[in-house]
Amino acid sequence: MRRFVIGQAKNLIDQTRRRCCQPHHHNNLRLLSLLRPSASDSTTVSSPRLFSSSSSSSSSDMPGSDSSSSSLPVTLDSINPKVLKCEYAVRGEIVSIAQRLQDDLKINKDAYPFDEIIYCNIGNPQSLGQQPITFFREVLALCSHTALLDESATHGLFSSDSIDRAWKILDQIPGKATGAYSHSQGIKGLRDAIAAGIEARDGFPADPNDIFMTDGASPGVHMMMQLLISSEKDGILCPIPQYPLYSASIALHGGSLVPYYLDEASGWGLEISELKKQLEDAKSKGITVRALAVINPGNPTGQVLSEENQRDIVDFCKKEGLVLLADEVYQENVYVPDKKFHSFKKVARSMGYGEKDISLVSFQSISKGYYGECGKRGGYMEVTGFTSDVREQIYKVASVNLCSNISGQILASLVMSPPKPGDDSYDSYIAEKEGILSSLATRAKTLEEALNKLEGVTCNRAEGAMYLFPCINLPQKAIAAAEAAKTAPDAFYCKRLLNATGIVVVPGSGFRQVPGTWHFRCTILPQEDKIPAIVNRLTEFHKSFMDEFRD
Amino acid sequence: MALEYDLLNENVKKCQYAVRGELYLRASELQKEGKKIIFTNVGNPHALGQKPLTFPRQVVALCQAPFLLDDPNVGMLFPADAIARAKHYLSLTSGGLGAYSDSRGLPGVRKEVAEFIQRRDGYPSDPELIFLTDGASKGVMQILNCVIRGEGDGILVPVPQYPLYSATISLLGGSLVPYYLDESENWGLDVNNLRQSVAQARSQGISVRAMVIINPGNPTGQCLSEANLKEILKFCYNEKLVLLGDEVYQQNIYQDERPFISSKKVLMDMGSPFSKGVQLVSFHTVSKGYWGECGQRGGYFEMTNFPPRVVEEIYKVASIALSPNVSAQIFMGLMVSPPKPGDISYDQFARESKGILESLRRRAKIMTDGFNSCKNVVCNFTEGAMYSFPQIRLPPGALQAAKQAGKVPDVFYCLKLLEATGISTVPGSGFGQKEGVFHLRTTILPAEEEMPEIMDSFKKFNDEFMAQYENGFGYSRM
Repeated sequence: MRRFVIGQAKNLIDQTRRRCCQPHHHNNLRLLSLLRPSASDSTTVSSPRLFSSSSSSSSSDMPGSDSSSSSLPVTLDSINPKVLKCEYAVRGEIVSIAQRLQDDLKINKDAYPFDEIIYCNIGNPQSLGQQPITFFREVLALCSHTALLDESATHGLFSSDSIDRAWKILDQIPGKATGAYSHSQGIKGLRDAIAAGIEARDGFPADPNDIFMTDGASPGVHMMMQLLISSEKDGILCPIPQYPLYSASIALHGGSLVPYYLDEASGWGLEISELKKQLEDAKSKGITVRALAVINPGNPTGQVLSEENQRDIVDFCKKEGLVLLADEVYQENVYVPDKKFHSFKKVARSMGYGEKDISLVSFQSISKGYYGECGKRGGYMEVTGFTSDVREQIYKVASVNLCSNISGQILASLVMSPPKPGDDSYDSYIAEKEGILSSLATRAKTLEEALNKLEGVTCNRAEGAMYLFPCINLPQKAIAAAEAAKTAPDAFYCKRLLNATGIVVVPGSGFRQVPGTWHFRCTILPQEDKIPAIVNRLTEFHKSFMDEFRD
Repeated sequence: MALEYDLLNENVKKCQYAVRGELYLRASELQKEGKKIIFTNVGNPHALGQKPLTFPRQVVALCQAPFLLDDPNVGMLFPADAIARAKHYLSLTSGGLGAYSDSRGLPGVRKEVAEFIQRRDGYPSDPELIFLTDGASKGVMQILNCVIRGEGDGILVPVPQYPLYSATISLLGGSLVPYYLDESENWGLDVNNLRQSVAQARSQGISVRAMVIINPGNPTGQCLSEANLKEILKFCYNEKLVLLGDEVYQQNIYQDERPFISSKKVLMDMGSPFSKGVQLVSFHTVSKGYWGECGQRGGYFEMTNFPPRVVEEIYKVASIALSPNVSAQIFMGLMVSPPKPGDISYDQFARESKGILESLRRRAKIMTDGFNSCKNVVCNFTEGAMYSFPQIRLPPGALQAAKQAGKVPDVFYCLKLLEATGISTVPGSGFGQKEGVFHLRTTILPAEEEMPEIMDSFKKFNDEFMAQYENGFGYSRM
């Protein structure tokens, strides 16, 4: 498979389109985000099919090579076309190239002008050296192997409050069985802790029965899309640029993405007039808009919405009868003193809107924040303002997958109920947490300033989340060179950057952007001691790129 | 209200999932009211007191808290081989349990899975065609999502079946094409029956695309013979069907005549043209076997004869979910490469796993015998898996009473059983059954020492139930 990916990547870069080996209309639906011309609006984009039929696409020992595959029941021609249509650039072509480089780097150290690949493509903090919060992991270890709790030596190796907490959690699990499927919404006692955490955050009541625990936030988003989308006549308003989970999930469920553009000039502001315009436009095309997705703090754009703006959004949803899908996974990641995270639920409740006024789903994850526990796949959605018959349907869909993983559930409850002042671990917990958050703020600032110094680059400040999304004003010559290479100009830039520096970023076209503008997304996650070198490499690369292509 | 029930995706509304349906909800209510409930509705061994295997839990605990590995006192709590194994798995990750892995799972664990398959089957297995998943269910959903384009696409599913299949097909808007297992032949799979099902579906304009087999069977507990698997694979070859082999119960075998044999091995044994012409996806999990680690949500699927481009599409869809949870990936690694003879933890591991399997074997027998001693109940022996699926011959009086109560007859029976005994089962109608025939599914998982009492209480309820409805409204009065 890897050989295939590599072979394919090579082909995609080097080759122009070739004749398809199996002529069929589905082939045209094979969209490769990084190679198509930027498609910024939601309408279907016809894209050249760029697959080669060359022999590099399969190894000889692999059964079912493409040449003989036409007799097989599932081929590219007969796969679900919705699968072909969906795209997910965060792990797309650039990442495949990076993996190939990383493998090759081990063998041919001297062939590259860099000695390591730095993955700034994905919000995966612990893969870049961020350490987990000790208290959380102590509790998880004790819950993973409960026999430890009976050993006296355990007291020498674990903090006393982690032991207490592990007992408390185990008492909430029927039979203390961390290896059992739980309630499909998640273990009730853990949902109680989460609801209490939400209450403490918002100052408004939260009901544990509204919480659905999920394997990361993404399955929750899929579940809601599944519920809301019956056909392409159902639309979901999504920000552009957007985290491609939304476009991918909408494509997989066969719905229509209705874009609304964030205003880069006003720090990626969300204008109600734009929402209205796009809603009307969708209606005129016969699309029923069912929901509005808002990512706050923004991904990839990093802005933190003002409370006033949030109130307008809530009113808009209420007035238009839209479900508000609030992606609030970066709620702990706010880096500027003049902005504060407010949950949409708090905003709605503080406006006096209750269960009957607005349907609101808030997504939270243990992958982000200061904890960054991506590999645990934990998260939840808080579902409010739905009738009981709809809630039953959500429960049913959740139950088909039985339950989310238990250590992810435990961690989600810990994140929402961390150590308190006076607890044994409190001081170390606070030191770890603040260390991570203040370092993230420093890194964000350093990178943002460095990017803004580059010729033709403007970068809004990262108020929150984990990303910078600079705009690159590419010279015409670079755009022409990209076209000649059958690559989107921003992907062209990102590949050049990767090959010159080992830095992996995601082209803006993977998130969609205003037509004719070019961006890339870069995480702020490399460890602080690596940032100066990254800045240097990036600056040098950009200068030589501009020297080569300046008009 | 923004989201009315009427506006919901019809496919969602159509979807049924009985394992956590009405009976389960009622049982949960009763439990809250303080009644002792014996949950036999889900194959969830640890919930019924099965203890986790020690060694894997030690390894995963160390991976959860890697700072323990630096503590000079770690040896007081953990054996050396668990420590070594934790270091091994951490070295396979890129940042420990807290970092997303490759969307297909950690390459090092996939390699261990491939080695396991090769040892098991005697044929090479390619780690690049193995994807780790959050439980087997996620894998089934991913594959069916690729196969089903719309309601014109049909999937052959055994009846009775594990409702994951019907639920997923319904969610994805496809058509379920049933084939009936033959209860009188110990739930045997008759290929003629398959042909009829396919012919009938095709006559209705359905393009049958794939076939599901569950081996050992859920809820039916039968183990397929090699000859039978050959017929099935030939059938898939001739009819151009993808075979989805649900083999999650491969460790759970309670008879010696038909040990588990994988579909992949049979397919490879058959040679050309079948071995290169049948697309097969095999599923496995850490939730079953003597592991029973349901709460971890770990599993894998292996694809055979999938063109690289299709594999790449499946990879893309997997990548949208970023990665399966990493601790369950490590459980999977441990499951396919358990302690070996000579390892410090081997004896304990072998003792624990053997103890669980032998006890399950005894429980399978106690349960089948118990059911067969009841009035109007007949039950095939549980050859494998974790379930007993007795047929309950309901007298007309019971059917009538069920009708009056507005319940499906077997739901009616199971609710009464629950109220009277606290035994929470799943009605056969949740799995599909021939019309007019009624069943229930229980797991064989309650603790062995409780088993006789449970079967006594079942028998008491059943025989009274039968007496009530036969005497009161039975044949004689109709």
